[in-house]
Amino acid sequence: MTKYTVSADEMEQIALGGAFLGTGGGGDPHIGKLMAQAAIAEHGPVRVIDAEEVANDALCVPVCMMGAPTVMVEKLPRGDEAREALAQLETFLGRKADALICIEAGGLNSTIPFAVASATGLPLLDGDGMGRAFPELQMVSFTMHGIAATPMVIADEKGNSSVINAISNQWTERLARAQTVQMGGAALVALYPMDGAAMKKGLLRNTLSLVKEIGETIAAERKAHRNPADALIARLDGRRLFTGRVVDIERRTTGGFARGKATLKGIDADAGRSFALEFQNEFLIARDETGAALATTPDLICALDADGGLPITTEQLRYGLGVSVIGLPCDPQWRTQAGLDLVGPGYFGYEQGFVPIERLREAV
Amino acid sequence: MYRLGVDVGGTNTDAVVMHGRQVLAGVKAATTEDVTSGVLEALEQVLAKAGVERGRIANVMIGTTHFTNAVIERKHISQVAAIRLGLPATACLPPMVDWPDALRQATGDLAYLVRGGYEFDGRPIAPLDEAEIDRIADDLAAKKVKAAAISSVFSPINQEMEQTARARLQRKLPDLPVVLSSDIGRIGLLERESAAIMNASLLALSARTVDAFAKALRTTGLDCPFYITQNDGTLMDAEMVKRFPVLTFASGPTNSMRGAAFLTGIRNGIVVDIGGTTTDVGALQHGFPRQAATVVDIGGVRTNFRMPDVFSIGLGGGSLVRRDRDGAVTVGPQSVGYRIASEALVFGGETLTATDVAVRLGQAGIGEPARVAGIEDGLAREARATITRMLETAVERSRISPEPVPVIAVGGGSILMPDRLGTLEVLRPDHFAVANAVGAAIAQISGEVDRIYSLENGLTRESCLKEAETEATERAIGAGADAATIEVIEREDVPLAYLPGNATRIHVKVVGDMGGVDAHQA
Repeated sequence: MTKYTVSADEMEQIALGGAFLGTGGGGDPHIGKLMAQAAIAEHGPVRVIDAEEVANDALCVPVCMMGAPTVMVEKLPRGDEAREALAQLETFLGRKADALICIEAGGLNSTIPFAVASATGLPLLDGDGMGRAFPELQMVSFTMHGIAATPMVIADEKGNSSVINAISNQWTERLARAQTVQMGGAALVALYPMDGAAMKKGLLRNTLSLVKEIGETIAAERKAHRNPADALIARLDGRRLFTGRVVDIERRTTGGFARGKATLKGIDADAGRSFALEFQNEFLIARDETGAALATTPDLICALDADGGLPITTEQLRYGLGVSVIGLPCDPQWRTQAGLDLVGPGYFGYEQGFVPIERLREAV
Repeated sequence: MYRLGVDVGGTNTDAVVMHGRQVLAGVKAATTEDVTSGVLEALEQVLAKAGVERGRIANVMIGTTHFTNAVIERKHISQVAAIRLGLPATACLPPMVDWPDALRQATGDLAYLVRGGYEFDGRPIAPLDEAEIDRIADDLAAKKVKAAAISSVFSPINQEMEQTARARLQRKLPDLPVVLSSDIGRIGLLERESAAIMNASLLALSARTVDAFAKALRTTGLDCPFYITQNDGTLMDAEMVKRFPVLTFASGPTNSMRGAAFLTGIRNGIVVDIGGTTTDVGALQHGFPRQAATVVDIGGVRTNFRMPDVFSIGLGGGSLVRRDRDGAVTVGPQSVGYRIASEALVFGGETLTATDVAVRLGQAGIGEPARVAGIEDGLAREARATITRMLETAVERSRISPEPVPVIAVGGGSILMPDRLGTLEVLRPDHFAVANAVGAAIAQISGEVDRIYSLENGLTRESCLKEAETEATERAIGAGADAATIEVIEREDVPLAYLPGNATRIHVKVVGDMGGVDAHQA
């Protein structure tokens, strides 16, 4: 049973919402949107279904892109790598997939599964494994539910591919990351093959609908000449962190990640203050001039262009750009000890402990 | 010494003579098909009006929307071979994939994907397929294609493959102009490639146009250097414009906004520049045009230039005023354009334009008011209400805060602007009609450093950035910038993982006012 279908035009809203939930990372969904629009033009709209519609013994497979966002805007895919990875995984498992899963509701991976769903005719589940974007492949709700990332297939545009079997999802990340770097910093993967019963436990529900709704809100607010920040804060129970202008941006691409730090000078209500955004593909910590945290991963740190109101990714940050930064509470699962072990500040090497955004004082 | 600023728009060619902060004279002439005679006319008029000897003009600064208009109107653009080095990667989204069909047709819709390109760390994705480049050369010769644009994956970190491909192409086609994407843009393949293709499509036009400017100046007896303003409000020389016309894409709005800020002294407000065919609306923030944050559409194509955030509507002094079948009065987007001086009713023509409505309602006294006395009052009032509504909507779009800000009306068509727009006060500075030319005359001098640094032997990223900034500042001052006004407008570093020794490419650009211009009030 189809919950709704997504047309080529509606991919515009999906891409906008995906960019926002990308929390600065996950790559610009524009590329995935163009790929999805091309696929929909050729094969027809994407069917989105509810998790409860899926039989407990059905095979559900996430497909996504893996690698550095700075690579993805430059080295575009060949186009059929993800289908190839899925087909190889199906061959390995000896059965066909029944439904596709979006692993990451933020960034490029919010749009990539639509391209694959349209091309294969498979339905796409309304939900994802993160509720945002995260940089590593074990950082999904599925890991917390004991679902294995492998067998996994990784494929590049040159025709290289491999099947990975690993003893843990952390090991899968390590092996797949090394291959991604060798493949040129970006690859397409099919992984976490799971049955319908496991999917129903692990999937963060209805997040594709949320992506679409966020995209529609941003589009509507901009049309009404308002910065979408207020409407999004109200809708998503968020906090305004600060508004600032980028005065320095330091980047390095190491280990397949875009790491770095942006320094911002406060503007408007925050004039006279300064702030920092630390990122590893995504924004992970926002700090004020004293070094005190304003928000920390896994809560969401989302940046909007202070003037035009469009979501900003870390690779778009540049000297002089004004951004308003919003913090959002993450899915409650991420705030459990198991969740924080996977995606808390400590995992990323910060001494800062996690404090829920609603307990951190708002920037004055 | 004196400075001459010229703005060559789609409809009018404006010129001003300035001395320090003072605008001595400003004139408007009609833009002509050949460009030269319109510029000539404006130069002669303004020099006569200012009463300044030609020999005392130190510099001529020209702003032009000629290249932007060519893309928007899809006129005068050449067929381009878009050659991308990247296969087997990138095949899913071919060159020009997100362009409007009409523009893709206008540039010939000719794309070639070739094996090659780099990985992020400098390894080749595939060796460059030089035999394929030779086959493309044969194809271009057969199709008589006049220009090519080459974009390689990751060329901003290594230009070599683009350069090799160009050399190979020019072995068979020595006269073929070839634009390399790495000379134009930053990381982001589709945007950089699109800019390179548009640039290539404009090369023939830019050569003609720059020659037309030079001829006009020579004929007028001005033998001083001339410069053309680029997107960020700084100047580039004629040779640079011939090679990189896309760098002028946003200079029109930049000049009008900087001119409006200069003429009013206002630092925060909305600038409405009403021309003959279109109206550009943008915001001034702290005296500078507000920059578009992400990607900017030019003629429907995404680019990643640094440009002011400007919203354009199809309303101008030459806009056609008509009553449609349902009885509603429409204004624009069709316009008589530069033919307004012969086709508008007040100028003896037969076409009812927005200007005629303004004269009929007593908002302006130009041409022969008697010729529009017969326009039915209801029609005129309805047309005015439509115009006001269009302007209000455009201004509202450029406001992001509810704070009341002044609206500055500039441009030849600003007689269409009412004295108030909703609750906002409207200002019309002296010389409002030639604000673009004023903006060109006060264009800034830049200094730029774009170099690979090796972060070794105690050199840090910070010390290299500082060094680049100091050097760029020295270059700007050396080129005539006032040291007290220098500001950094671009500052970025791209680590080059493929080179040993922790290499990083640093790009710093600083700008300052031309000495003696004093463009910003204390």
